[in-house]
Amino acid sequence: MRIIVLMKQVPDMEKVKFDREKGVIDRKSAGTEINPFDLNALEAAVQIKETRGAEVVAVCMGPPSAEVALKEAISRGADRGILLSDRKFGGSDVKATAYTLAAGIKAIGEYDLVFAGIQTVDGDTGQVGAEVAQFLDIPHIYFVEKIVEANEESVTVVTDIWDGVYVKKMKLPGLVTVTKDINSPRLPAFKDKMKSRKAVIPAWGMNELAEFLDETETGRKGSATMVKKIEVPKAVHRKGLLWRDNMDTALNEFMDILVDKKVIEVE
Amino acid sequence: MKNYSGVMVFVEQKNKEIHRVSYELLGKARELADQINEEVVCCLCGPSEIDANELIYRGADKVFHVQDEEIFGNPEVMTYVENIVKIIEEKKPEICLFGATSFGRSIAPRVAATLKCGLTADCTGLAIDEEDMKLVQIRPAFSENILAHIKSQYLPQMATVRYKEFDEAKRDESKTGEIINFSSVKIKNNPIEVLEEITEEVFNITDARVVVSAGKGLKSPEDFKMIEELAAVLGGVVGSSRPLVEDGFISKAHQVGYSGNRVKPNLYIACGISGAPQHQAGMKEADMILAINSDPSAPIFNIADYGIVGDIYEIVPQMIEKIKNKKA
Repeated sequence: MRIIVLMKQVPDMEKVKFDREKGVIDRKSAGTEINPFDLNALEAAVQIKETRGAEVVAVCMGPPSAEVALKEAISRGADRGILLSDRKFGGSDVKATAYTLAAGIKAIGEYDLVFAGIQTVDGDTGQVGAEVAQFLDIPHIYFVEKIVEANEESVTVVTDIWDGVYVKKMKLPGLVTVTKDINSPRLPAFKDKMKSRKAVIPAWGMNELAEFLDETETGRKGSATMVKKIEVPKAVHRKGLLWRDNMDTALNEFMDILVDKKVIEVE
Repeated sequence: MKNYSGVMVFVEQKNKEIHRVSYELLGKARELADQINEEVVCCLCGPSEIDANELIYRGADKVFHVQDEEIFGNPEVMTYVENIVKIIEEKKPEICLFGATSFGRSIAPRVAATLKCGLTADCTGLAIDEEDMKLVQIRPAFSENILAHIKSQYLPQMATVRYKEFDEAKRDESKTGEIINFSSVKIKNNPIEVLEEITEEVFNITDARVVVSAGKGLKSPEDFKMIEELAAVLGGVVGSSRPLVEDGFISKAHQVGYSGNRVKPNLYIACGISGAPQHQAGMKEADMILAINSDPSAPIFNIADYGIVGDIYEIVPQMIEKIKNKKA
């Protein structure tokens, strides 16, 4: 059984700075990390590998420096990593990204299951997974919070969708996106961390993907949407009336506000 | 003649009940369609019993009703996608809107990828650019830190739109329109089988007028009783920050935040919640926010209209008493 995990390197959201004047994101202001939801996807794959045996391949599209994300994936249980990297992939929107990832997966060869996080914390779209599935012509299940059973033929999962919780069974190959609730990703052991440093990460560009990808399908050329402007909105401004002492007075004043705003109806 | 015309709304239904986001989309669709002088059309997939007239009353000029008594009774993505794609290919709308519900966000990308068009996720604003009459799609990204203005390069211009972002279209029974019925397409050898719906507690936090939430300041699960009581006297419901859900104090349905529910109540009371950005993403748009926290430097106070620096175990019970007295 072969399981592919899609990963993205994202800026550390706690540290990244936004320039309101210029309307730009200063990506250099923060370090990078693996998109947190992708760690849940990787953990889910590694758990299947541990229970029934499988090869776990992590795939990441990004600049050459994103190699570290794949090394980290190996330290967390992936068997190998493949970086999809080419200047021509730059500026890809959802469609171009999905198309490029799908080409990368086709180039790997046979596979049974593809895992991804429900969304990335920078793009926030949650659309790439389903588009990859469509381009691979395989089914997908979104918002998976539990894997009931997984084998070479099918996967049975619990998914939170349509204002309900459903159990679905999908014939493989297929793609699944997972929520944070599916598991708690383990931390890499020290020896695995050391070992992963020596891992060789192949980088595939246009040449390596030529059989499955045309220049017009990736990067800016292959994109169907264009960002016209970035706005950094002002932080929400609130009145900020703060009571620090005399709780009785504070609560009485707040009661008057609730009555005034008709939150409490007084006859 | 233009090849593509009209603003299409995908109407989401479950158990023959139309999701309210569809009415919100209809309101916005009408506004956009009037600006580009085109029609508002709906794509409704569901049993014949659903009264499509309701969509006309809410402003649709035409409803394409794909009728099937069975296949639309489950959140079965492949079936929906197949049927929606068929309608779009035949009717060629210029703009196509889906609610950014869990279901909408699962089907829309597949529809877009099939049609090889663009898709903008989870929009909070939509407008027509007066220069080229194209759709400007505005959406938060980078965990809500920025707003991106996005345009599609191909038709249809497709977007999913966040629930509770726009006002519902007003209902007017005097409005008229056309309902066109379609027969459904069934998928042979569907690779996905929906085995069952697990009936969990039916709890909806997103529609509540008042939400009283607790965070790490709450010491034990039993203490949710006082939070519940405060919510009850205010006619509201109980919310929670992520850590308490993770510790099993309360179910996920109550979680407010980036990876939980987004709420927009008239009043949000944050009890013992420090206010991490992830939590703020789920509640900062409440009309009024009261924060109660013993730490005066807690970030929650920066986005609160009112703050009380103090111990929730003292303040919440007092507040319950005072509200009861007011109402008495």
